[in-house]
Amino acid sequence: MHKLNIFEKILARASRRKEVVPGDIAEANIDMAMIHDLTGPLTVHSFKKIGADKVWDPKKIVVIFDHLIPPSTILAATLQKGLREFIKEQGIPRLYDIGQGGVCHQVFPEEGYARPGELIVGADSHTCTYGALGAFATGIGSTEMAAVFATGKMWFKVPKAIRIHAEGNLKKYSTPKDLILKIIGDIGEGGAIYKGMEFTGETFSKMSIDGRLTVCNMVVEAGAKAGIVPPDNKTITYLRKRTKKSFKPLKSDKGADFEETLEYDVKKLEPQVACPSSVDNVKPASELSNVKVDQVFIGSCTNGRIEDLRLAASILKNRKLHSAVRMIISPASQTIYSQALKEGLFKIFMNSGAIITNATCGPCLGGHMGLLAPKEVCIATSNRNFIGRMGSPESEVYLANPATAAASGITGQITDPKNLRRR
Amino acid sequence: MNLNIEGKAVKFGDNVNTDVILPGKYLELIDPEELGKHALEGLDPTFAQRAREGVIIVGGKNFGCGSSREQAPIALKGSGVKCVLAESFARIFYRNAINIGLPALECDGISKKVDEGDILTVDLQNGLIENKTKNDSMQTATLPPFIMGLLEKGGLIPHVRGLIGKQ
Repeated sequence: MHKLNIFEKILARASRRKEVVPGDIAEANIDMAMIHDLTGPLTVHSFKKIGADKVWDPKKIVVIFDHLIPPSTILAATLQKGLREFIKEQGIPRLYDIGQGGVCHQVFPEEGYARPGELIVGADSHTCTYGALGAFATGIGSTEMAAVFATGKMWFKVPKAIRIHAEGNLKKYSTPKDLILKIIGDIGEGGAIYKGMEFTGETFSKMSIDGRLTVCNMVVEAGAKAGIVPPDNKTITYLRKRTKKSFKPLKSDKGADFEETLEYDVKKLEPQVACPSSVDNVKPASELSNVKVDQVFIGSCTNGRIEDLRLAASILKNRKLHSAVRMIISPASQTIYSQALKEGLFKIFMNSGAIITNATCGPCLGGHMGLLAPKEVCIATSNRNFIGRMGSPESEVYLANPATAAASGITGQITDPKNLRRR
Repeated sequence: MNLNIEGKAVKFGDNVNTDVILPGKYLELIDPEELGKHALEGLDPTFAQRAREGVIIVGGKNFGCGSSREQAPIALKGSGVKCVLAESFARIFYRNAINIGLPALECDGISKKVDEGDILTVDLQNGLIENKTKNDSMQTATLPPFIMGLLEKGGLIPHVRGLIGKQ
C-alpha cells in the first residue's frame, strides 16, 4: 500500500476506501456543511428544484448569517427571512442568526465544528480556513451544496499535494499573514490550482490557532483546494473547550508523496503587502511608503480575530489617525467583540478615531459598511484585492497584516509598523 | 443539452476572478437574466450587451478564481455565454459551471490560437474546437464521462433528481 498524505487519508476515510491516489474520483460522505446568508438562498432555491423533502442530516448543517448583517437592503432582509423559514421547516438546529455568531469562518471553528480528520464543505470559498484544525475543508457552489443537502455525498477528485515547510520565529510585527502573502507572491495566484497545501515545520507548530486560521484562510488565493496544518496538542486543546464530539486526528504518513516541498526560513521575513489588483502582487510594506490611503479596514475571516485586534491596538494606543483617513474595525465574531471590549481595546480604537462595526463580512466584499468611491485607496487586512472588490471598480485595495494596516492609518500612507515614530 | 456549440469568441486574459465576473453587490440576485445583465461588468461594461447574440468566452489561466459564488457562472450563462474555453480553470468555478449546465473546457494554448471575434465551433463529445475564421482546429482532452453525463442531463439538479428517484 502506498504512503498516504493527509489529503488522501481524509478522502479515503470519507469514501470508505483503504487508499486513494491523486486523480481518483472519490465519492465521499460529508461530515459537516455550512452555508451563509448570501449563498444559502440560492442553495435553498436549488434544493427545492431537486425536489427532496428533507435534508440528509439537519445536525450536520451549520447556517451562519454574516455577509449582509444587519440586512442592508430590503432584498437582503427578504432573503434572510426565507432562509430562516427553510431552517425551521427542515429542523436545522444550528443557526447563528444576527447577534448570535459573526463571520462564518471564525464562528465555525470557534463553536467546535472544524475537527481533525473530517471532511467539510461550505458554500464559501474561504471554507479552506478550517484546515487550521486538521480538517479537509473546501468551498463549493450553492447547487453543489443543494446536492449535498439532499444526499450527504459529493464527488472529489483526489488532489496532488505540495508541502510548505517553514522554520524559525516570526519577528515582531511580522505575522502569519505576511508568511502566507509571501508564499502566494512566490507561487502565484494559480500556483496551487486544484492542489492540497500542507504546512509543516517549527513555524507552524509554534503558531497559534488564530495564526493557522489566517494561513489556511488564504490558500484558495493560490488556487488550492484545501490547506492543512497537521493536528497537534494545540489543536486538541483548542477543541476540548469547544466540542464533545469525538474525532480521530489523521496525519500524513512518513514518506508520503508530495509533488513539491517549498522551504521557508521566516526569521528575516518583513511585513508584506499585496498590491492591486491581485493577491500575488506582493511587496515589502517598506517599499510602498509613497502610497496614500483613504480607508483602513481591520477585520474579516483572515484577520479579525482577538490576536489581530490586540496587535492593531498595540499600534493605535495613544495615537490618532491621520486626518485624511477613516478606519473601520470589525471583530470577526460576537465572542471576539465581547473579549475586545473586556480588554479595553475598543477604548483604544475609539480614542484613535476608528469606528467599530458588528461582526460582519460587509466591507471585505464591498457589500455594505464602508464601500470605496472611485480613485480611493484602502489598506485592508482581508484576503482579496480584485478590481472593485470593496466598492468602485476604480478604487484600489492593498492587503496587509493588522499592524501594517493600523500604522498606515496613523501616517496616512502605507507604513511598515517598525518605522512608526516613537510615541 | 446541445453538445455542439457555435459562437463568436470573446477573449479575456489570465486570472479572471469571480469579483469581476459578478461584483459582490449583485449577490442578492438569483434570476439568471437579471444576473446576466451584470456579467463581467467589472472588466467590460459592454460585455452583457455583446454576449446576447450567444458567445464563447476564451480565457487564459486560472479562469474564475476567487469566490465560490455560483452567481458568476449563472450570470455568464444568463448573459448568453454558450461555453467557456480556457487554458485552466479555478476549481470551484469549474464545478459550478458544469453543475449549472454551462460547458467549460480546458484547452491548453487556446489564447494564442483565437482572436477576438473569431467564429468557433466546439464539439464537446469529441473535444474538438474549430476556428472557422482561421480555418484551424484544436483537439483537447474530452470531458470525463460522468461530467459529460451531467452536461447532457442539463446539470447537477436533474442528475440528483434522478438519484433520489424524482424524475
